Amino acid sequence: MKTENYITASCIISNHIVCKNEQPVFEERNSDLPDFLIAIYRHFNLQYPKFHKMDNLSKLGWLGNEILLQDSFEKEKHKPEDIGIVLSNANSSLDTDIKYYETTKTMASPAQFVYTLPNIVIGEISIRHHFKGENAFFIFDSFDTGFIEQYVSNLINNNILQCCICGWVDVLDNEYNASLFLIEKDKSANSVNFTKENLNKIYQLQNG
Amino acid sequence: MSDLKSQIIAQLNLQDTKPEDIGDDQPLFVEGLGLDSIDALELIVLLQQQYKIKLSNAEDGPKVFQTVRTMAEYITAHQAQNA
Repeated sequence: MKTENYITASCIISNHIVCKNEQPVFEERNSDLPDFLIAIYRHFNLQYPKFHKMDNLSKLGWLGNEILLQDSFEKEKHKPEDIGIVLSNANSSLDTDIKYYETTKTMASPAQFVYTLPNIVIGEISIRHHFKGENAFFIFDSFDTGFIEQYVSNLINNNILQCCICGWVDVLDNEYNASLFLIEKDKSANSVNFTKENLNKIYQLQNG
Repeated sequence: MSDLKSQIIAQLNLQDTKPEDIGDDQPLFVEGLGLDSIDALELIVLLQQQYKIKLSNAEDGPKVFQTVRTMAEYITAHQAQNA
């Protein structure tokens, strides 16, 4: 059984900054989260009308994934069933749950209701890229890099997946953090070993 | 119909779409504006919130929400009935 896998790309969106592979690629200081997300969408010239209908959690995860994969991933190398997504956060879909609850006092919003589960962000990414591999969304107090390393390694080493997008995507009010990693079996330029230490190092570099 | 188009854009959060981008007879679903089933529910909410119209028969939906014009005609007919 092959046991070495690699972090071949990373994308972290936090503190008004977007970092790709540990390098800042976009910054917008004077905006709240909704405006910051739209600014990222426009800066990277993304074209996906459904983006505007997503809740903030899905927008954040979707944007993080777009930037993560941009120029870093040859999706044609893999079958859709071999590309998985494993995400986690602390606040589940609470940000949208609260907004949806407010609408129920007058007229419940179907468009908000559909985002009252955290794993919808995985669905939005999968629809965009036609990924059909194993996926899961876990709730933790904080980003548990040890668990993510173990869980994703198990999926890849047992050939359930050939590659996996994994990490942390969390939103509540104006607090947000997306830390996404692309894990593959093969080394590439600037890749590092997929270990919890390396996940922590990249995560903490951008998140203090 | 311009007001109705603005209301549709706001209700469905169709950013980057202007009222003049939506043709009066352009299909709202699938090949036209590309709306989906959740959008259909939001249009029902729009009718209730803005015009106090409850779509009592779900089977009327596809006809009512065919285009902006069919929506406007439905609203006008309903308002005339209740005048």
